[in-house]
Amino acid sequence: MKLDTEVLETDVLIIGGGTAGCFAGITIADNSDARVIIAEKANIKRSGCLAAGVNALNAYIVNGQTPENYLDYVINDSEGLVREDLVYSIAKRLNEVTYKIEKLGLVIQKDENGKYVSRGNRNIKINGENIKPILAEAVEEKHNIKVLNRVNIIDYIVKNGRVIGAYGFSIDNSRFYVIKSKAVICTTGGAAGLYRPNNPGFSRHKMWYCPFNTGAGYAMGIRAGAEMTTFEMRFIALRCKDTIAPTGTIAQGIWAAQVNSKGEEYDRKYGTPKTHIRLYSTVEENKNGNGPCFLKTSGINPEQERELFKAYLNMAPAQTLKWMENSRGPADENVEIEGTEPYIVGGHTASGYWVDTGRATTLAGLYAAGDVAGGSPQKYVTGCFAEGEIAALSALDYIKDWHREDINDFEIEAKLQEVNKYLGEDTGIYSAENIEEAMQKVMDEYAGGISSGYAVSTSKLELAEKYINVLLKISDKLKASDTHELMHVYEVIDRLYVCKSLIKHLQARKETRWHSFQENTNYPQKDDDNWLRYVNSRFEDGEIKIVLRDLVKRDEVYEHKN
Amino acid sequence: MSIKIDWEKCTGCGKCRNVCPGSLLYKDESGKIINRFPRDCWGCTACIKECNFGAIKYYLGADIGGRGTTLKTQSEEDYLHWVFTKPSGEEKVITINRKEANQY
Repeated sequence: MKLDTEVLETDVLIIGGGTAGCFAGITIADNSDARVIIAEKANIKRSGCLAAGVNALNAYIVNGQTPENYLDYVINDSEGLVREDLVYSIAKRLNEVTYKIEKLGLVIQKDENGKYVSRGNRNIKINGENIKPILAEAVEEKHNIKVLNRVNIIDYIVKNGRVIGAYGFSIDNSRFYVIKSKAVICTTGGAAGLYRPNNPGFSRHKMWYCPFNTGAGYAMGIRAGAEMTTFEMRFIALRCKDTIAPTGTIAQGIWAAQVNSKGEEYDRKYGTPKTHIRLYSTVEENKNGNGPCFLKTSGINPEQERELFKAYLNMAPAQTLKWMENSRGPADENVEIEGTEPYIVGGHTASGYWVDTGRATTLAGLYAAGDVAGGSPQKYVTGCFAEGEIAALSALDYIKDWHREDINDFEIEAKLQEVNKYLGEDTGIYSAENIEEAMQKVMDEYAGGISSGYAVSTSKLELAEKYINVLLKISDKLKASDTHELMHVYEVIDRLYVCKSLIKHLQARKETRWHSFQENTNYPQKDDDNWLRYVNSRFEDGEIKIVLRDLVKRDEVYEHKN
Repeated sequence: MSIKIDWEKCTGCGKCRNVCPGSLLYKDESGKIINRFPRDCWGCTACIKECNFGAIKYYLGADIGGRGTTLKTQSEEDYLHWVFTKPSGEEKVITINRKEANQY
């Protein structure tokens, strides 16, 4: 099998039709007649993080709170290391985008005065099972948006330092796409599957983050030389054991405490319970012989139990199925909890593209939003909407005085050859799956996975670096018999690039800023004097080069200078 | 984590195939749908909600505590019925009104 070229042209190409991508598309259509292509590797109706739904909006400015409060909360939770300008710009838009998604059809609970009903300080109650079909329908109604479903984008087209489109291929047929665009918005999400997962066998994809978010946007950016930030701040979720379903539903729904096997509440033993401390405290309790740990639910009333069954069906049905399987619900027994494998995800922590306040990356013509954009943790769904909106408006501004850059047929042919070399019946010794498992083992054992208690050390990271480079080299010889397998080849190569960059970031931060998320046994203390700085990186001449940058504050408008 | 497709009920309409976030579902030579990569299922249930024929059931892998109970859905206007079937054949239904928010 060999691929044949089809060239498309548009004004704005959006790569990834998930939360941020769909909202960016809708924003462009609402504000202009610009032509938009959304390229999505699955189908926008149920692709990405929200495929199963979401059971609350976790970023909203509720009555009595302010965007400033929200920013303060994020700064504190992230140990001071966030891009304040980015978080603040999101916080100011949270309520407006929530209103927009309600108008599109999302059910949000209101009180008798028409105000949204809150679930805690920053959350509101919704029925979000169908949030993705709602977004997809809104996109499909826009006459100037063309959606390319089941098209896997593999690299940007870069000419004279500008991103002028992207290459990809269909997973249904032998079409190789060359999409030329005045501006590109990357909304591909974060990276799952870098580390050996909780359930490495048959249920290997029963994981917290969408397993089909394979770090493509990061990898394309790395390869094109874009600056990346804070990869070392990994995200590790605290989840219900086995089903890897959310714990927040129980913790914030019925205010269940975290208890160890002796029934003791333990999270305050390890300092103020921030996101990383809730996880770290559970890891430590297990290490100290007090595990397993639980959310204390036994004894809740039947009404509370029924509501929990429903809440999980709207987001993580496996958990309700598990309760039904055993005929024992949360009222009968506490829910066991565990940490997941680490992920790189800019919607929860701060890993991703280094962007200016308008979400322009360091590559001209390329914008980033959602989980792929760095610097602003705790975005969640509404933050991704807000960021999609900001990136869309900036991209529209950029294309106003656009001047044509083009590529010639030889350049297209060279890229096509590069893709075609992976296609062939002779499968060689190693499969993409084999390389993926090898990568996950290396990362687990030498770069702070579950089996190493999430901690890294200088000498282990050196080994991780060495082995990931070997796997990258081997992966060049991978073969695929069709375009679905070709997607798997690109996915594992992309993950290896993300791992390569992540290892460099973990090596660079010589302190421990976030327990478990970034836990360096050789530098076990937080060091504000030297490390209240961003660790950034760029891929140059085959190597990841580290750049340290000073903090950006809330009222600054950050522009790329050097 | 995976799904079981009942070929007696599957019409091969392909609606499930179109929505799988991992694009895991393919049409077999016989025109029925198969999951080409069972270990890659995320368990999102998008395919199950899409099927008008009740042909797809969801189950937990034995490695995460599955013991044979399956889950499917039936859509009825504003209501989504989640039907759990135990290995004994015993059924339990939880109905969700899509116009009502979660309480948690």
